[in-house]
Amino acid sequence: MLSEKLETAHGIYTQGEAPRNVSAEPKVEVRQLSAFYGKKQALYDIDLAIESNQVTAVIGPSGCGKSTLIRCLNRMHELVPDASVRGQVLLDGADIYGESLDPADIRRRIGMVFQKPNPFPNMSIADNVVAGLKLNGIRDKGRLEESAKRSLQRVYLWDEVKDELKRSGASLSGGQQQRLCIARALAIEPEVILMDEPCSALDPTATAKIEELITELKAQYTVVIVTHNMQQASRVADYTAFMYLGKLIEYDQTTAIFENPKEQLTERYITGKFG
Amino acid sequence: MGAGRSRADTIFKALVLVFASSIVALTLIFFYELTTGSSHTLGEGFAFITSSTWGGSIGNFYGVLPAIYGSVVTSAIALLIGVPVSLGVAVFLSELSPGRLRAPVSFIVELLAAVPSVVYGLWGIFIMVPFLTHNIYPFFQAHLGFLPIFQGYSTGQLPMASILDGGVVLAIMIIPIVSSISRDALQAVPDSQREAAYALGATRSEAIRISVLSYARSGILASIFLGLGRAFGETIAVAMVVGDTPRLTSSLFSPGYTLASLIVTQFTEATGAAYISALVEAGLVLLIVVFFTNIVARYLIGRLTKSREAASYL
Amino acid sequence: MKSRRFFMDKVLISLACLSVVIAIVPLASILYYVTVRGLPAINLDFFTKLPPIPVPGAVGGLGNAIQGTLILVGLAACIGLPFGVLSGVYISEYGRNFYGRTVRFLGDVLIGNPSIVVGILGFTLLVQPLHGDNLAAGVFALSVIMIPIVSITTAEALNLVPNSIREASAALGIRKWRTSLLVVSNAKSGVATGALLATARVMGESAPLILTIGISTQWYSGPTAPLASLTYYIYYFGTSGLQNWVDLAWGAAFLLIVMIIGINLAVRLLTRGRRAYA
Repeated sequence: MLSEKLETAHGIYTQGEAPRNVSAEPKVEVRQLSAFYGKKQALYDIDLAIESNQVTAVIGPSGCGKSTLIRCLNRMHELVPDASVRGQVLLDGADIYGESLDPADIRRRIGMVFQKPNPFPNMSIADNVVAGLKLNGIRDKGRLEESAKRSLQRVYLWDEVKDELKRSGASLSGGQQQRLCIARALAIEPEVILMDEPCSALDPTATAKIEELITELKAQYTVVIVTHNMQQASRVADYTAFMYLGKLIEYDQTTAIFENPKEQLTERYITGKFG
Repeated sequence: MGAGRSRADTIFKALVLVFASSIVALTLIFFYELTTGSSHTLGEGFAFITSSTWGGSIGNFYGVLPAIYGSVVTSAIALLIGVPVSLGVAVFLSELSPGRLRAPVSFIVELLAAVPSVVYGLWGIFIMVPFLTHNIYPFFQAHLGFLPIFQGYSTGQLPMASILDGGVVLAIMIIPIVSSISRDALQAVPDSQREAAYALGATRSEAIRISVLSYARSGILASIFLGLGRAFGETIAVAMVVGDTPRLTSSLFSPGYTLASLIVTQFTEATGAAYISALVEAGLVLLIVVFFTNIVARYLIGRLTKSREAASYL
Repeated sequence: MKSRRFFMDKVLISLACLSVVIAIVPLASILYYVTVRGLPAINLDFFTKLPPIPVPGAVGGLGNAIQGTLILVGLAACIGLPFGVLSGVYISEYGRNFYGRTVRFLGDVLIGNPSIVVGILGFTLLVQPLHGDNLAAGVFALSVIMIPIVSITTAEALNLVPNSIREASAALGIRKWRTSLLVVSNAKSGVATGALLATARVMGESAPLILTIGISTQWYSGPTAPLASLTYYIYYFGTSGLQNWVDLAWGAAFLLIVMIIGINLAVRLLTRGRRAYA
């Protein structure tokens, strides 16, 4: 029944039907992940393999657990009081929930951009970008300036703010703030970038710019993006995972999900019958 | 939203308006009365605050410089000791404390505010001062005695009043106000800020430092001003431990005056218009300083848009 | 590098926890010593007898001080509470304008006014003209301290009452003044909390009393005579150097602390688990 269907979902990629790089190890592998808020279970035994240098989208109706899932990938979920997790999340084969591991280290390697841009208002634009570097003990002004410039260039913000680097991070427009947050996340050179509905607070022009950026980023990073906008998923993502009520229903290449969904639930969501 | 005016409405509105105006009236009356009450010594001009001559019951010239010095130094000590402790408490309650510890710890801090000033004084004289004199001051003397502020203490001396004692008592007394306002400021910082810091791989204390403390800067500053106002205006507890010697010395171990302790210890014996006027003028100086610090603090707090609980103590 | 950050984190967090301990120590010490030295002095005599003469070994009580404190606080509350609550009603229900904001701002500022300054005001307004310490001056000073506190706590309690109640009331055609009373009754516990805490606060005041009602070794003797109070006696006896007097001072401190902390505890227990309004 449902467990059968999950097995099928699991089987979709292990049978080598579709994804490229199937010989390469997935960058992040989620194994039997369950997540809880106190006694309330939010994720049920998720199995998912995120491919390197690809964009993976997680879609689903409100409350399906997609935000919870993504926050388990960089151990942000456990910051909520009484929150807990069961199962494994492997980054390059090693479980990030390992006994002696410090969550702070994991979060350096797996960065995150949030739904509502959250630059530090008391820091300048430049200071915002290098905030993560400073935390890691890099003090050399030259290095910091260079890193700030590089990161801002990568998000196409450099030309717009290069004369105003001292202005507060919060003085930019919404779209610029979000790009600033992406630059801030990139500056510490993570391996994976998680994005929790990064465009939902932005206007269409800003959204388009960021979507363009996302497709460029995958050359260097592995990107996982949560979105409630299916069109966005079909535009930017190579792989798409569909979730419903805390369970992973279907996971496949984006084209397969949208043109030829294997689960009835997926098909109903895609065609707008609910959610 | 109105339901039409009636006479009862008008009367009630006038009633509450009149009663509320008592607050405005009181403010004006304070300044007016204290100014006219010091008419005999206002003529001294700024010499009042720059001179150390104290006429007492016989003279007719009064300068409160030693008292101002005492107030400033005791308040400075109070802030130096009290603010870090208060911030630690605020950070604990806002960011670190497990849920079930929060209520008891904040209640304990509230109790610190509820203890009457005179009881702090009594405890100060009989418990705190002897303890500090026998156990703490010797260390200062031994290791930092080369500094003029730490001279004037002889090992084994009897506990006596001193400026340092006054400062320590004040430090304890300002903890409730500084920690509660700071805590409000910290709690007003949106969680998204903390998340941003954690997502960069910050440790707990780093996240608190870069995302919470700097965001809450103006609220914390406000709490410091309120603490300063409280320390400056505190009377009895300080009077009981600081002594009453109108002498300007640099040693923290020697007794001194504060503006408030000066007023309260001498008012009952003051005779003669000039003497009383001098004490009233000292009160006026106190009023102006504390009023000003409170205005600055409330202005800073006004920029915090958090509403406080109805039962917040003060 | 990494382990250094880890270490710093542990150090800083420990410091924060340490400051909590540092804050608790004085309170624990005060409560301990006040009880240990004050409780023995509490007996029937303490409540019924007049203060002893300044001779070592003389016995007595502080009955007049207890009486005086109760009279003073009671009368001060009679003035301070109505003024404070009505001002709070004004600020919250009628004061959405510049004047109202000014009243609120000044109220907040006045809360921090040094009590000695209030004492001076009581002196110049009521003691000097009447040529001597008197009851009115003391009651005046204490009410002046109460009014800003009660105003602000009342205003905040009323602010927490949701607007939907005001709107529902208005929509039923109820006059604004009755709506305001309805709002007050919805904020009963918040308002009562503020009133109780303000009362506890003035119970512990001493500096203004020194300047306005002085001290007396007799029972209440009329509105134009000095009046005894627990707080003044703690100061007077506590700094006297006479053992029997100092013992009574501790006893007075104990009684005062019990009353004040009792009020604070009662307030906390009453409002625990409830929302701040109603």
